[in-house]
Amino acid sequence: MAFLKKTKTGKQELGVVKERKRGASLQAKKSRAGWLFIAPFLLGFLLIYIPIIFDSIKYSFHEIDIITGGGFELVWVGLGNYQAALSDAKFVETLWTGLGGLIVEIPAILLFSLFIALLLNQKMAGRAAFRAIFFIPVLLTTGLIADIDAGNMLGDYMGSESGGIDTGGAGGSSVAEIISATDLQNLFNNMIVGSELAANVTKLVNNIFDIVNRSGVQMLIFLAGLQGISPAIYESCEIEGASSWETFWKITLPIISPMILVNAIYTVIDSFTSGNNSVMAYVNELYKTAGDGNVISSAMAWMYFLLVMLVVAAVAGIISLFVFYQRKD
Amino acid sequence: MINQAPNAPKIKRESKNKIRVEFDRTPLLERLRSKFLSLYFLKRVVWYLFRFLLLLGVCYVILFPFYSKIASSFMSPEDFVDVTVRLIPKYPTLDIYKAIIMENGYLSALLNTFILAGSCALIQTFVCCLVGYGFAKFKFKFNNLLFLLVIFTMIVPHSTLQLSMFMEFRYFDILGILNLLGGGVVDWLRLLENPSLNLINTYWPLWIMSATALAFKNGLYIFMMRQFFKGVPDELEESAYVDGAGVFRTFIQIIIPLSVPMMITVFMFAFSWQWTDNFYTDLFYTTAGPTLMPDIVAIPTSLNITSAAAGMYNTAITNTCGILILLPLILIYVFAQKYIIQGIERSGITG
Repeated sequence: MAFLKKTKTGKQELGVVKERKRGASLQAKKSRAGWLFIAPFLLGFLLIYIPIIFDSIKYSFHEIDIITGGGFELVWVGLGNYQAALSDAKFVETLWTGLGGLIVEIPAILLFSLFIALLLNQKMAGRAAFRAIFFIPVLLTTGLIADIDAGNMLGDYMGSESGGIDTGGAGGSSVAEIISATDLQNLFNNMIVGSELAANVTKLVNNIFDIVNRSGVQMLIFLAGLQGISPAIYESCEIEGASSWETFWKITLPIISPMILVNAIYTVIDSFTSGNNSVMAYVNELYKTAGDGNVISSAMAWMYFLLVMLVVAAVAGIISLFVFYQRKD
Repeated sequence: MINQAPNAPKIKRESKNKIRVEFDRTPLLERLRSKFLSLYFLKRVVWYLFRFLLLLGVCYVILFPFYSKIASSFMSPEDFVDVTVRLIPKYPTLDIYKAIIMENGYLSALLNTFILAGSCALIQTFVCCLVGYGFAKFKFKFNNLLFLLVIFTMIVPHSTLQLSMFMEFRYFDILGILNLLGGGVVDWLRLLENPSLNLINTYWPLWIMSATALAFKNGLYIFMMRQFFKGVPDELEESAYVDGAGVFRTFIQIIIPLSVPMMITVFMFAFSWQWTDNFYTDLFYTTAGPTLMPDIVAIPTSLNITSAAAGMYNTAITNTCGILILLPLILIYVFAQKYIIQGIERSGITG
């Protein structure tokens, strides 16, 4: 506040040339205020986050001996942890199946959330209620509750007799499967795709609850994007005689294509970082069972992270080929 | 008046500035027929029905697990043996609730988690608001580069860092200051008893991470806040500056009141994700620490049964723990739902 008062009096007293100089210094002071605003994050990042990241990388090359009575000692083992992680057959297997599942899941989540967002963007009775319900899983089915759900068969058991078509029990074993795997395998065998894909698709359809649960944020991002499209464009399309099918492909899709990119990246990161992820679950399990001295989990997590980065880069690269940016002038 | 077609509207001049139009309307029946019996109308009805049923179906997928959990939480062991009982308990009891509340320390978990989640969410909301405003409205060197760091904290999975995070707060020290004062570097300087602080089993690790916007999904909150502030017109602040307010006064008196709906949204996210979090609570709190929500998920000893239905009964008990954990959140959600949806739509996390 004080510096602004000064410039104010300065403006009254000084000539044009000096005023420009004052203006520049106001700019400098504003940028200093900017630094102050982001200071909490910056300090935390430098003083806490960077040491944590650095330590984590360091630990992955060491073994930790906890000294009784406080303190710990690091023993350099080089790439030993990484070798140990890679020779853990179960880890490598989870890694690959996790990646394979992702290839099917990401398009499914994107399509589903886009479709629902398109529906919820239309005017209809009870729209607010639908939106509120669709948003419940984002807030409520996370962390602890997701953990409880994961080991839960009860819903499946209850649903199997009552409805026939539902997998109300959120994951777990599938007592009530929507489609049977053999039917689908027959279908896929006629085409020339592998049985692995068939297995993934069956899993996907039977875990529709999982897909619904994980597309909440994506749905909202799409909704926000759809609401940003000016109604005037649609109106002119209607006047020109375009059908709504054409309008979707020629107007809606190009305009929200940046959101598709954002959502794809968000989905990849979200499914990689969530505790339900099979690889992360395996690493966590290892961390918990082995106690504090175990660093193989750290090495695994870093390898996994590198893989995540590769996938993110690949997804971003592929999708950004098709993204259309509106010039805003 | 000129001769007109029989159905054409008749225009009468009533006064200087007023006219009245009279015309014969098509008969009601005909109008209704042309409206409701057209292909266009039929298509619309089918589409409405289809859309409604589809949305209803997805709502069912979302809500059914909640219903089945609630139903099973009122069941007694006999209900699980009885094959005819599916969704509505035949012998309803409150045993499960009573046992969890009395034996698993639900009330103290409720209090502790409320304090922890509430304080963390408050700190996170305020800090993310500050940081988001800084990134959105000020031009300084490396602005975009530093924002990439925010994205970076979002991308790194927290599980990658759990070991070093634990170590950081088990042997807490900033820049080696405590180590220096505690005699870790030079022997004669021993002002403190320990060369580092043990913050495990206190609320400090989460408070520190909240205050530095490094806690769970804080990158997302900063992102949302930044998008929101980018939509706030600059003229608003400029007029405040012209009126003689400083940067911080403008922030407190103009910007904060403006961003209350957005802050409620972020607060809700932070609160409910901290409430159901079990990653940090597992990491930072051992059994010696305060009782938190994850600690109550256990089978109470009085409910141990050894019948054929034990497995399902135990699942029902853990689900009831889940219901009890969610109950306060659902109450808050019902109240704040309007703000959340609005806030997210307004922030338009659209990049």
